[in-house]
Amino acid sequence: MELTRRKFDTLIIGAGGGGLRAALQLASAEAHVAVVSKVFPTRSHTVAAQGGVNAALANVRPDNWHWHMFDTVKGSDYLGDQDAIEYMCRAAPQAVYELEHFGVPFSRLDDGRIYQRQFGGQSMNFGGGQAARTCAAADRTGHAILQSLYQQNIRAKTHFFDEYFAIDLVRDGEGCLLGALVMAIASGELMLIEAKTTLIATGGVGQIFRTNTNALINTGDGMAMALRVGIPLQDMEFFQFHPTGIAGKGMLISEAVRGEGGYLVNAEGERFMERYAPHALDLASRDVVSRAIATEVREGRGCGPRKDHVLLKLDHLDADTVHKRLPGICDMVRTFLGFDPAHTPIPVAPTAHYTMGGIPTNRFGQVVVPEKHGPEEPVPGLYAAGECACVSVHGANRLGGNSLLDIIVFGRAAANHIIEYLRENRYHRPFPDDGLDAPMARLARWEQQGDGETVDALRGELQQVMEADCGVFRTEAVLTDGLRKVSALAERLADVRLRDHSRLFNTARIEAMELENLMDCALATVAAALARQESRGAHTRIDYPKRDDVHWLRHSLYHRANRSVDSKPVRTRPMTVDSFPPKERVY
Amino acid sequence: MKFSIYRYHPEHDTAPSMQAMELDDALIKPGMMLLDALLLLKAQDESLTFRRSCGEGVCGSDGMNINGRNALACITPLSELKTPIEVRPMPGLPVIRDLVVDLEPFYRQYRAVTPYLVNHDPEPEVERRQSPADREQLDGLYECILCACCTTSCPSFWWNPDKFLGPAALLQSWRFLADSRDQATDQRLADLDGPFKLFRCHTIMNCVEVCPKGLNPTRAIGRIKELMLKRST
Repeated sequence: MELTRRKFDTLIIGAGGGGLRAALQLASAEAHVAVVSKVFPTRSHTVAAQGGVNAALANVRPDNWHWHMFDTVKGSDYLGDQDAIEYMCRAAPQAVYELEHFGVPFSRLDDGRIYQRQFGGQSMNFGGGQAARTCAAADRTGHAILQSLYQQNIRAKTHFFDEYFAIDLVRDGEGCLLGALVMAIASGELMLIEAKTTLIATGGVGQIFRTNTNALINTGDGMAMALRVGIPLQDMEFFQFHPTGIAGKGMLISEAVRGEGGYLVNAEGERFMERYAPHALDLASRDVVSRAIATEVREGRGCGPRKDHVLLKLDHLDADTVHKRLPGICDMVRTFLGFDPAHTPIPVAPTAHYTMGGIPTNRFGQVVVPEKHGPEEPVPGLYAAGECACVSVHGANRLGGNSLLDIIVFGRAAANHIIEYLRENRYHRPFPDDGLDAPMARLARWEQQGDGETVDALRGELQQVMEADCGVFRTEAVLTDGLRKVSALAERLADVRLRDHSRLFNTARIEAMELENLMDCALATVAAALARQESRGAHTRIDYPKRDDVHWLRHSLYHRANRSVDSKPVRTRPMTVDSFPPKERVY
Repeated sequence: MKFSIYRYHPEHDTAPSMQAMELDDALIKPGMMLLDALLLLKAQDESLTFRRSCGEGVCGSDGMNINGRNALACITPLSELKTPIEVRPMPGLPVIRDLVVDLEPFYRQYRAVTPYLVNHDPEPEVERRQSPADREQLDGLYECILCACCTTSCPSFWWNPDKFLGPAALLQSWRFLADSRDQATDQRLADLDGPFKLFRCHTIMNCVEVCPKGLNPTRAIGRIKELMLKRST
């Protein structure tokens, strides 16, 4: 196969909010940037974010970044890095104002300022009354942000490679990042993009679970690419199950529904969150609400013929307000359930939603790994931001409204650090002769002919195993079994064959490589879940029901080479304020 | 359940053809969408090619022509479709393979309408104010997901794909003209001048008929024409 070679200052892999925010910052600084995305940018999964983005603007109720920081640390079950959290919460208002200046059509208050709604896990005054911190464009905030960021990149003349699939990163003998091998999906042609800096912004890996809220493209490509060049993944055991996916189908029903006054009931019609979170009720943290729903279902108080879900009620609210504040949700429920949620409760269940773990970075977006000089040594030239990264602002449980914030704050921060790096590293490093051996071998493997298993069947099995053995409630026995099963599936991956070896727009080949990526991320997730012998945030071990700060106030690190898990300390010291020490978490 | 699906693979087909494909009725569950069926068909024949991502009608990847009408496969219920279900690529654009069309001409139209907010004032340190009434002007516009269902169903676009900008791009143009924060009205209108870019719309309204988000490009085009008229008098 012919190979085109292109050189850029910066390669950004992924064109969701994180990648586009970084690209805009870099293009504005006149860096030569290439954005590679396997889908047209506005189809990236940021588009599906509904409820909003958190920032202490205090437009509706009193607020300040320090309260936001407290909520985020508490929400993380104290596993979040407090320097990164402080940075994010302080940067949030400015980051949101920038979005508004870029053209994001935020909903407005009567005085013309940005509308803010209440969301889960938010408080005023360090655990006091409910805050209203989530800036919203109706319930299509992700769509609105992604469109505006793409539009601004058109203005800035960012160079896009749309529908290009990244196959592998290339690292030299000294560990420096040199760029990536990518494939134009339409033509099947290969291109080597050499870059002084590479930013991974490829999003999460919700597709390891059968029922999930994620797009089909969320296959953890960047995480797996990082693993393959020797970078560990951090805190992968923490996978967020969103309390309210449409039962059995998975489509996301935003937390905004509860923020606007909706609440959950069980088969007895009881508002059960009163028992689990007497103060915050339905606006407790997502891990708390998901566990509550799962407990109701386990104890036989689920709704429906199979008693496998609960109901989300909105019918006590004014129908016009529901239609106006939650138009997208109303559309979706009409489409997939055939009724108007303003009049009929929505059947919901905890659904795989968000990857808290990912590629370890510091608050500058630099990818950091345990090397000779400590646990967090930057990999020269490599950055990551957004859901694929673990910076770690979400720790063991992400607060609603903090993911859109994460991508814009750290997309921007990574770009700013890249600009500095480019000043000091003016030339591309030499590209070694064997630099493409591994990525080319990865591609060549799929040229093997003959009968074998199919991508579709193996992916289906993987998703079933992960759902059954790595769900909301976990035990040593089930996880051990899960790890054994996923390892067996990983072995069988070698026997999978493509039937279609054509070159032009071969989505079967893309799905095959995505399956490899899913497999590596699933192994990391289940291995890390087995290793962590405590319950914290989204990781609930029935056999270790308590949080154990003595042994486990640490980030896990999964290494691909020997499928081992070790750990590094949590950064409990913020930048300027006092640390929030671990406390019992009640809502 | 029976399907008739447009197949074209330029590496080995000289011409496109309609292929009969079938799914065992046992596989069809209540509430299934066409995308679910296409994924099952692809599991049988992995060479079947189409774009897809979110599966819930928000990313705009899987626009296609379904029983003669453009729609998103992921929010088109099988139960509402007459069988055999005929699935073709969206018309009016070059086919790359099977149901995948080359959207570059469509994206070029989008880029041609200056699709971003232009405001020359010094940036305030907080948000620019916008009244709820002004913000409401953007409803029905900002929701566009660029799926191309409208533009590729528009006869005016089929006839003048290089000259007429098409309903999607013109809806975007009005999205910024209607934004109280935008200051490029004169330039935007000047850019749309002439007999083709805007005025080739003959209010056939196919765009309104097919928009999966329930938007109304024809109305947006009408508003642009009104504004032009108002400015020229």
